[in-house]
Amino acid sequence: MWPAVIVASLGCYLIKLAGLSVPQKWLANRRVMHVANLLPVALLTALIATQAFTSGRHLQIDARAAGLLAAVIAVRFKAPFLVVVGLACLVAAVVRLAA
Amino acid sequence: MTELREVDPDWAVTRPAVLRDALGVGIATGAYGLSFGAISTASGLSVLQTCFLSLVLFSGGSQFALAGVVGGGGAPMTGAATALLLGVRNGFYGLRLSGLLRLRSWQRPLAAQIVIDESTAMSVVRTSRPAARLAFWSTGISVFVLWNLATVIGAFAADALRDPRVLGLDAAAPAAFLALMSPRLRSREPRIVAAVAAVVALASVPLVPTGVPVLLAAAVAVVFGFGSTRREPDDEPLAPEEVNA
Repeated sequence: MWPAVIVASLGCYLIKLAGLSVPQKWLANRRVMHVANLLPVALLTALIATQAFTSGRHLQIDARAAGLLAAVIAVRFKAPFLVVVGLACLVAAVVRLAA
Repeated sequence: MTELREVDPDWAVTRPAVLRDALGVGIATGAYGLSFGAISTASGLSVLQTCFLSLVLFSGGSQFALAGVVGGGGAPMTGAATALLLGVRNGFYGLRLSGLLRLRSWQRPLAAQIVIDESTAMSVVRTSRPAARLAFWSTGISVFVLWNLATVIGAFAADALRDPRVLGLDAAAPAAFLALMSPRLRSREPRIVAAVAAVVALASVPLVPTGVPVLLAAAVAVVFGFGSTRREPDDEPLAPEEVNA
């Protein structure tokens, strides 16, 4: 087990370090910078979708979807960040309890 | 995207707001750390291995993946490969963050450890560089401390904490990312990228191994970013000779 734990841990750290260490000259190109700006948008939206609507390798709609819907509504009403997150948890927990 | 200011005009307001949200994200994520500690030890990793993962690997998705593969009877190295695949996105975050944070070389090895979804999401949405830096460091440190503390507790108190879904905590991360991203989704291009990324990720979930759907979504950003010929003001002002590069 230890070799796997160490390979995964050091590998993940080196990936993070490599991303931060790419020379700024490479990123000075307008198109590259444009891509770098869009990457977090694409990655985080993909995470929202997969964390809310999948389970393992299937699509699944459950209490998390209700929580996310509550978050969408809260964001629409410009609720503070922690209220959005708290409300999503509350709604997901209540829906799960009711189901 | 809006222009990045070098000085924050509302620092007295921004600073406590950023710190409060950083602590909030740390607490919500920490609650998940409890379940990681519990699940990891239940999957057959020792308490020491579990804590090592939270300290050194420190990326929730990758850690759960490794424990999940091992717990499901898979080979430990298969678990490590899945963890690495899920960790690739942190490298992409680093690309964006290095220009935003302008780290000194001695700060880079420390900053690298806390390049995760939460610190990136909190940082890239700020309108000034000081706020982006504060959001990155405060969120990263808050999550790191609470995640590790929770891992230890979870590893020892395994049984009670295996299912954080009872508290609806599995809805916390998507809701947090949504709240953070939404101000950036007002202009057209990020909106299209976000929508296509979500569709691509969901459509590919049944077809490809865990970790790959999110990377396919990264490809969407690359295609749109290189493909778009429209001139949009970027976050970083460019020197004149670089504009036509």
